[in-house]
Amino acid sequence: MNVAKPNSYRSGPDDRGHFGIFGGRFVAETLMPLILDLEKAYTAAKADPTFQTEMNGYLTHYVGRPSPLYFAERLTEHLGGAKIYLKREELNHTGSHKVNNVLGQIMLARRMGKKRIIAETGAGQHGVATATLCARFGLECVVYMGAVDVERQQPNVIRMEMLGATVVPVQSGTRTLKDAMNEALRDWVTNVHNTFYCIGTVAGPHPYPTLVRDFQSIIGNETRTQMQEVEGRLPDSLVACIGGGSNAMGLFHPFLDDPSVEIFGVEAAGHGLTQLHAASIAGGRPGVLHGNRTYLLMDADGQIQDAHSISAGLDYPGIGPEHSWLHEIGRVNYLSATDDEALAAFQLLSRLEGIIPALEPAHAIAKVMELAPKRPRDHLMVVNLSGRGDKDVPQVGDILRGKSK
Amino acid sequence: MTTRIDTRFAELKKAGRSAFVTYVMAGDPDLATSLDIVKALPKAGADVIELGIPFTDPMADGPSIQAAGLRALKNGMTLKKTLGLVRDFRKDDNVTPLVLMGYYNPIYIYGVDKFLADAKTAGVDGLIIVDLPPEEDDELCIPALKAGLNFIRLATPTTDDKRLPAVLANTSGFVYYVSIAGITGAAAADANAVGEAVARIKRHTKLPICVGFGIRTPEAARGIAEKADGSVVGTALVDALKNSLDAEGRATAKTVNAVAELTAALAQGVKGAKVAAE
Repeated sequence: MNVAKPNSYRSGPDDRGHFGIFGGRFVAETLMPLILDLEKAYTAAKADPTFQTEMNGYLTHYVGRPSPLYFAERLTEHLGGAKIYLKREELNHTGSHKVNNVLGQIMLARRMGKKRIIAETGAGQHGVATATLCARFGLECVVYMGAVDVERQQPNVIRMEMLGATVVPVQSGTRTLKDAMNEALRDWVTNVHNTFYCIGTVAGPHPYPTLVRDFQSIIGNETRTQMQEVEGRLPDSLVACIGGGSNAMGLFHPFLDDPSVEIFGVEAAGHGLTQLHAASIAGGRPGVLHGNRTYLLMDADGQIQDAHSISAGLDYPGIGPEHSWLHEIGRVNYLSATDDEALAAFQLLSRLEGIIPALEPAHAIAKVMELAPKRPRDHLMVVNLSGRGDKDVPQVGDILRGKSK
Repeated sequence: MTTRIDTRFAELKKAGRSAFVTYVMAGDPDLATSLDIVKALPKAGADVIELGIPFTDPMADGPSIQAAGLRALKNGMTLKKTLGLVRDFRKDDNVTPLVLMGYYNPIYIYGVDKFLADAKTAGVDGLIIVDLPPEEDDELCIPALKAGLNFIRLATPTTDDKRLPAVLANTSGFVYYVSIAGITGAAAADANAVGEAVARIKRHTKLPICVGFGIRTPEAARGIAEKADGSVVGTALVDALKNSLDAEGRATAKTVNAVAELTAALAQGVKGAKVAAE
């Protein structure tokens, strides 16, 4: 596609929430006034130094930031190429990068006087982070989760309930993340007067893709400083997995205007791109769903198709609109990894580094296994280890023992 | 431009009564039955027909209309076939206004210009697209108005006086007031609250105002008819249809009548209204 190169890859979106043709505000009228309020509240918060100061306090003492940038020595030796660093987002409180965004949104909700928080969740990581911060700030919390995901991510369901959240299993549609998002939107339309919708990824109507990106950009900003301290220069490449794409956007965004940095996003190829998968860029085209225009998996009539991934967190037929734009403009390379490749990477990282990754970043590790050997030994590759694998241990254990697929 | 919608509301105003607007899903449970239902609606007393475009992810709809869309899709319904259904309906009825209601993605994928041309040719009078607020008017609203179709906007309890002018700016045909903050099929709104809201919107527009969401019975329809220019019933009709299906979800000999009979009863309620809103 012929798209003019912008002066900066970091200036979007425009004032209507568009990244090129992507993004926008495709929502029911009931929600529109609230979305405009949210935009105003976010603009005011950004300009208020006390907001950032307060947030930094929680990020340090509650979340445990900065997360380490760890040199994966044995993985590097094993692959025999690029020097691999892991950005250890799995060490955050609640076990994934999701908490960075939730903290920001909950603080916005408090500024807006909203007492009831709703969220959608796939793997349960965003749900756990939301339940955690709602407990911390004494807010009511309702989490929508596809019934299929409730089944395969039991440990996280139990965690959310222990934290005082109500988990609602969603039985409509394909009973996964997309349906959880539909149901959360239905709740929001109904309870718009007192409810804040805490979206977990860089998708949804403007301003969500922007504010989630901004809250997650701490990942890339820290990486930049840490790499400078350890190696005295910028990394040469970045790798992250993508469902909606919030951990990837958080790592990528601060580096988009550094042309020497190669950037790779990894979608979930499920059983393979010619079969059931969740790779919206590789196998989809632009459409409109959940408040934004972006790459979507759909049929010839514009009906949304079922996604499939072994990883509940990537099992979504869309992707954040800014990723769609970065793809069309050619700044980020979007690759994909299958269920089997992710499983192999899950085991490799566990055995070599003593780190059990979540199945989501196992997709990123899978592509590192392909990319790193082709790079020289002085090539610095950063992979976002966006979550820990405790939640996946029962599911992967069953698969490895041949009990289920 | 005058559409069938404008003509119908002008007639009703002259007759001093409120409009009865029915919603059914195109292709529910199958194309042939659905066409028979749509044909039966005007005879049963529907003044305006809203025809749902099936979509996999109807974010503003409750379980009944979600299920209706999935029944239609399962039996192969598409946007193209929905336009074909309208064309077939128009062979026998060139006066009843027909409005397509749904979500943007199927239209976006069909192609906006081609869709508008085909919809106009088929005999569609207006569009209600739930996920296109005024902020996205360039997408479909402006092209639709240029193509000679009405673009009917939803106003809601959250649409305050400051926002109303923006919502009404490119609206034509009628204004659809969503009586509650919620999804289709939810609890009914209080008729007095609806009356106040209708009066508020009337201060900003001369367009007829129809009220929907939560109206299920002839009594409720009558209550709304006394406060507004029209009342919309959808979920109750879709439920009547569903209750007439066999165990496998297929149409039975009762299906068309089940919808027509409820339509007739609701229409009686509307016609029994004491005073039509001015």
